[in-house]
Amino acid sequence: MNSSATMTGKRAPTDWHSDDMQRRIRKRYASERRFKALGLAAIILSASFLAFLLVVMVGNGLRGFTQTELPVEIDFPAMTGGASANQFTGPNGAANLQSLGVRDIVNASIEIQYGEEGKELFSGGGWQSVSSQILENPDIVETKTTVYLPAESEIDVAYKGDGSADAEKMVSTLDDKLTTGFNWNFLSNSDATDPMQVGIWGALKGSLITMFITLAIAFPVGVFSALYLEEYAPKNRFTDLIEVSINNLAAVPSIIFGLLGLAVFLNIFGLPRSAALVGGLTLALMTMPVIVISGRNAVKAVPPSIREAALGIGASQMQVVFHHVLPLALPGILTGTIIGMARALGETAPLLMIGMRAFIATPPSGIVEPATVLPVQIFLWSDEVNRGFVEKTSAAIIVLLVFLLTMNALAIYLRNRFETRW
Amino acid sequence: MVNSGTEHTVKAFDTDINELRGMVAEIGGRSEQAIAKAMRALEKHDLKLAAQVVEEDKLIDELEKRIDDLTFQTIALRAPMADDLRELIATFKISGVVERIGDYAKNIAKRVPVIASTHKLGPASLLPSMSNVASELVRDSLEAFARRDADLALEVSERDQVVDDFYTSIFRSVITYMIENPKDIGEAAHLLFIAKNLERIGDHATNVAEMVYFAAKGEPMPERDRGENPTDLLEE
Amino acid sequence: MTELIDSNSSIESPNMTASTAPAISAGDGPLKMTTRNVDVFYGDKQAIKDVSIDVTMDNVTAFIGPSGCGKSTFLRCMNRMNDTIPIARVTGEITLEGEDIYAPDMDVVQLRARVGMVFQKPNPFPKSIYDNIAYGPRIHGLANSKDELDNIVETSLQRAGLWGEVQDRLQDSGTALSGGQQQRLCIARAIAVDPEVILMDEPCSALDPIATAKIEELIHELRGKYAIVIVTHNMQQAARVSQRTAFFHLGTLVEYGVTSEIFTNPTEERTRDYITGRYG
Repeated sequence: MNSSATMTGKRAPTDWHSDDMQRRIRKRYASERRFKALGLAAIILSASFLAFLLVVMVGNGLRGFTQTELPVEIDFPAMTGGASANQFTGPNGAANLQSLGVRDIVNASIEIQYGEEGKELFSGGGWQSVSSQILENPDIVETKTTVYLPAESEIDVAYKGDGSADAEKMVSTLDDKLTTGFNWNFLSNSDATDPMQVGIWGALKGSLITMFITLAIAFPVGVFSALYLEEYAPKNRFTDLIEVSINNLAAVPSIIFGLLGLAVFLNIFGLPRSAALVGGLTLALMTMPVIVISGRNAVKAVPPSIREAALGIGASQMQVVFHHVLPLALPGILTGTIIGMARALGETAPLLMIGMRAFIATPPSGIVEPATVLPVQIFLWSDEVNRGFVEKTSAAIIVLLVFLLTMNALAIYLRNRFETRW
Repeated sequence: MVNSGTEHTVKAFDTDINELRGMVAEIGGRSEQAIAKAMRALEKHDLKLAAQVVEEDKLIDELEKRIDDLTFQTIALRAPMADDLRELIATFKISGVVERIGDYAKNIAKRVPVIASTHKLGPASLLPSMSNVASELVRDSLEAFARRDADLALEVSERDQVVDDFYTSIFRSVITYMIENPKDIGEAAHLLFIAKNLERIGDHATNVAEMVYFAAKGEPMPERDRGENPTDLLEE
Repeated sequence: MTELIDSNSSIESPNMTASTAPAISAGDGPLKMTTRNVDVFYGDKQAIKDVSIDVTMDNVTAFIGPSGCGKSTFLRCMNRMNDTIPIARVTGEITLEGEDIYAPDMDVVQLRARVGMVFQKPNPFPKSIYDNIAYGPRIHGLANSKDELDNIVETSLQRAGLWGEVQDRLQDSGTALSGGQQQRLCIARAIAVDPEVILMDEPCSALDPIATAKIEELIHELRGKYAIVIVTHNMQQAARVSQRTAFFHLGTLVEYGVTSEIFTNPTEERTRDYITGRYG
């Protein structure tokens, strides 16, 4: 080292090319390389976790979107005794279909082809697809057609390679008849006892309604709170207390919000149990602090020069806030909202506490009707004994992930739209 | 108002100003000497001394040019304000005036060979006294510049009256001599010119004093009463 | 005006020292704003002590002084921008056209339209050039139709010397202009609300010499249409641009007078020391 404190206090000229210096340079480069390597390793690790999750989920769940089918030949003219196509077109079509007794026709045809026990090979509610086919294309009642109906759950599971010994035997006898088709019903049906008939639409609709209510309450309340706290509130101990409270609220475990919902919304206000409204309110309570915190930070980040410029030409405080601060803070606020909503979408515990765990066979048509949400549905299906529900659970998870991605993509698009470059 | 006390934050500014002051003192000293030498050469009819004065005037001219250059530079580079600005403008003008004083001294020296050695100064016997006073005016006006003394400057400007009176008196006696001794008109005319040069030197010293007053006070010197006008004499 | 300040005459020079009201001699034009005995406190610290000064319509007034002398603080009192600082307290009287601007019934929002401000760092809104200028008239209701608004925008940009450079790209973002253009845009924005006074807080300190010269030329042109007060730490700029100069030091007004007098023959020693570079 060039340490030479002479009596006069002068420094000796630094030798930048000495061995010491070279060593320092090498050490510095080495530590930079190490740091970069660590960073890369961290990214690779997180990416592989994500990839692992996706691969496992998709691997398990894709099969939930397919169903094993068996062909059934239906001789409509013989069965219906000469019904004509135009009976089932127009407004009376559905009513006429009812009286036709499609279920018995289908069961009879199955008996003919597969024998007395044939019904057991098929899923109980399969005949409904025939009804919808007739409504779509009434001409088939005048012909002999082959329809593919979903097989019974055990056979379906066995065909996909996971079944019991008996089922496997059944599959090998029917082998040449079994086909795999896409399970469209999964997307349009609601909960059911038969795993071949379940769908996620009911839960999805419930999620949509609940999310909508959550957003409609949390976003305005959160944004206005943030604006007030940053722009209007005097800086004293009281507002400090509020700030600390909100920060803590964001960290409270979600199940406590469930308890709160139970106590206040259900017991005190007497709102209907298991309704989307209650779920939305509870989740709004949970999401609001996140929006307030990110909103405040976004507002704080707006440069004071913009505010001064607006004040300087005679804008009132409100005009400054709504014409200048809010548009510039909006990207940050939206980011906070996305984070909050994504968390709310995946919440199960608080909703279980307020009772959104019932068996909902029909999708809710309003906000006070009993409903359930996707995460709760997944939870419930994962509890089922029937093997057929395993893949349905994974399939539902895939739907949840797609929903989440779509929501985020929409929000990011909106945020980019509002982002003004300055 | 004295320009002493605090220095400029940028020390180089002070260096420049001090250099200029030094040069003004030098050019003043040389001009004074030129006057003294020229008069001595006249009295003693010393042709070598006279030639020396003429030769040394070149140094005065060179010095004036150097002062001009440095003043330009200082104004351009330092953006002087208030009293600094007034001082620099005064410096610029004073150097030109002092250079002209030197020229007048040279002019006197040039006439020395023409005036015959046998004659004393004759009618212009007051010339040495007049030149002393004029010399003192030059010295005092430059002293006032060095000290930024507005009162001294005012006093100098009033003392010019003495030089003017000398001139009036010499003018009269030389004219009388010319009328009485027509064959000596040539030489007498030169004596007149010499007297005129000294009178002009006095006026220029007054100019310097006026510049000094302005630089120190920021206002022009108040007008003074002029004495008898020599041109009135012709009507007698 | 034949009664202009004549340094050879015996009219006393209007160079005034602190704590006497500055005399406005003939030829100064109508009074626009007056300040009397203004003190400014930030909490317990006093930033401005007893300043009295007048601003007239026809003369550009410059405030000069070393850093921290309070010139910007005082400027911000004149349009009540100090209101945004909670611990700032202003006492004394400041009037605009005779009305006390700190009176309870004075609307701060309208005051700031009548007394406009241009800041040190150009701060156009992140909107189009047109919207930057149109914002002020819109919120104050100064235009009744789109044509009127277009007119105001065009006039303001012309007055600010920017029209020729931007007339065919009014929809471009205001922040895409160069620094000098942005500052002229901010001046145009202030002009658009038809102010009576324009306050400029070191408007050229972030600009290069050419942009600075353009702004100084603009100030020449605006003189007489608006009462202009400019704070600058560049003495040469104050000398070039103003007709009246006020020297602030440690929160007090040391000297106020005609610019040419202040810079050739100031009365106070502190002023002289500052402008000749002997300060500090």
